[in-house]
Amino acid sequence: MLRRRHRRDRAMTVLMTALMIAIGGLLAWILLYVALKGIHALNWGFLTDTPPGNPSDAGGGFYNGIIGSLIIVGLATLAAVPLGIGCAICLNQYAGGRIASMLRLVVDVMLGIPTIVTGAFVYAIWVIYFGFSGYAGALALGLVMVPLIVRATEEMLRLVPRDVQEASYALGVTQSRTIVSVLLPTARAGIITGVMLAVARAMGETAPLLLTALGNDLFVETNPGNRMSTLSMQIFTGATGGFTNAQDRAWAGALTLIVIVLALTIVARLVSRSSAVGGR
Amino acid sequence: MTTPERPDVIDVPSESGATNGGPAEAPEPRPSGKSPARRMDVVDLDAGFGSTTIISGINLKIEPNSVTALIGPSGAGKSTLLRCLNAMHSTAKGAFATGQILLDGTDINADGVDPVLVRRRVGMVFQRPNPFPTMSIYDNVAAGLRLTSGGRSGRHRYDDVVERALRQADLWAEVKDRLRNMGGALSGGQQQRLCIARALAVEPEVLLMDEPCSALDPISTSKIEETIHALRLDYTIVIVTHNMQQAARVSDTTAFMTILEAGQPGTLVETGPTSAIFEQPVNQVTGAYVSGQFG
Repeated sequence: MLRRRHRRDRAMTVLMTALMIAIGGLLAWILLYVALKGIHALNWGFLTDTPPGNPSDAGGGFYNGIIGSLIIVGLATLAAVPLGIGCAICLNQYAGGRIASMLRLVVDVMLGIPTIVTGAFVYAIWVIYFGFSGYAGALALGLVMVPLIVRATEEMLRLVPRDVQEASYALGVTQSRTIVSVLLPTARAGIITGVMLAVARAMGETAPLLLTALGNDLFVETNPGNRMSTLSMQIFTGATGGFTNAQDRAWAGALTLIVIVLALTIVARLVSRSSAVGGR
Repeated sequence: MTTPERPDVIDVPSESGATNGGPAEAPEPRPSGKSPARRMDVVDLDAGFGSTTIISGINLKIEPNSVTALIGPSGAGKSTLLRCLNAMHSTAKGAFATGQILLDGTDINADGVDPVLVRRRVGMVFQRPNPFPTMSIYDNVAAGLRLTSGGRSGRHRYDDVVERALRQADLWAEVKDRLRNMGGALSGGQQQRLCIARALAVEPEVLLMDEPCSALDPISTSKIEETIHALRLDYTIVIVTHNMQQAARVSDTTAFMTILEAGQPGTLVETGPTSAIFEQPVNQVTGAYVSGQFG
């Protein structure tokens, strides 16, 4: 009896370890493969030049795409974070019963919408009237980010013990001040992790941007009122173009994208240190 | 002793210097001159959730500067009654409370009374220690003052209040060198005394304690009981406890609550001086409970 349990215990331990190694290995493989493929096209020029006029040429870079990604995702984040966190607070603290379940349903449906449909939607309500622009791209990415942020934040707020909130009420602190000074700080690490996942997702989104920001590889565009390029779109065009040099640039672009997301995540983790629930 | 409104530290007058020149032994319950301990009267209180009445017909006089213990079996509504006293009951969904709860003669259960203001006068310590996990020991104690005042405040603005509250809760000696450490890193008993200090820092008129020792070891429990004993001089204290020895040790008045018939709401069966309740209870049910025959 005991020996059988020991055997089963050992078998399970081996299985779990094997799975862990397999998943870790897969992740390492992807990262290493992208790094090896991308590193030789990645140089200073890649980070400071626009793509060459003829895509079959060597050289040039994705500088305009890096700038475009940062601007568009930055704008989307600026809009989606307050909206998403506000919505989560509303669900957690204020909305009750039917309103809350309706709001949750809307969020779930938004989560399930394919992002190309989001792009088409923004095309229909915005691009048709105002043209392709960075703003339209940010709107599409914001629509992708909001439900992710709402979901992550709501989960984290739910992890904050009711005790802690009651302790604040018992001191005569108002509900709004309790939310700002007790609830959100307690859930901070988890919320920041959720926001970073949404940012990473937006950084990689391509389909909705093709229909909204369109892309622009002629020069560095910093005005989001005009059409602009992003790293993700440049990777897409480079990888599907069929020219070896363009594909090399796409690999370097993929590596750059991973590094940017990684750097943002590390910064966010440093900012969110010393928090009670979630994260880590 | 830099500003005139700085509260005197009651038990360390020599090293901090006393502005008013009065000796520390003077019966000065409110170091900062705030309002003193108050009496509370509960009149015909019914409370519950939705269509379920949990306590019914509660009449209770809570004397100032004394410890009132609420005892009784689980489910008798002791915590519900306690949570009515600082309007915490009404934060739950569907909660209702009818009847009067008089704080120094003013009904705090009346319509139009802001529960937030009631809670600044009636503080509470909970069953499980619940320090704010993201705050330091210092910030935990200062939280009540900081979060109820507008605007930002300096890092050292509450030094005096924090020291006084931690001394009152008998925690100062253990934490004075690490006030900037996280409150959650303390032991369970220390966390509970931190929570007591946090409640005392805002200088409530009444302090409610909901089984404050039930999650603690015997040594921490006796420390907190000593604290309660000392605090009685300055505060009106109401404590819910399952531990009858504890009620006998710390309280002046004991109120016994129970459910008399299955399915009925909890009622207050008998109130009296603690010694009388434990030695010559008037009511048979009380006698059976305090002698350990049920509960």
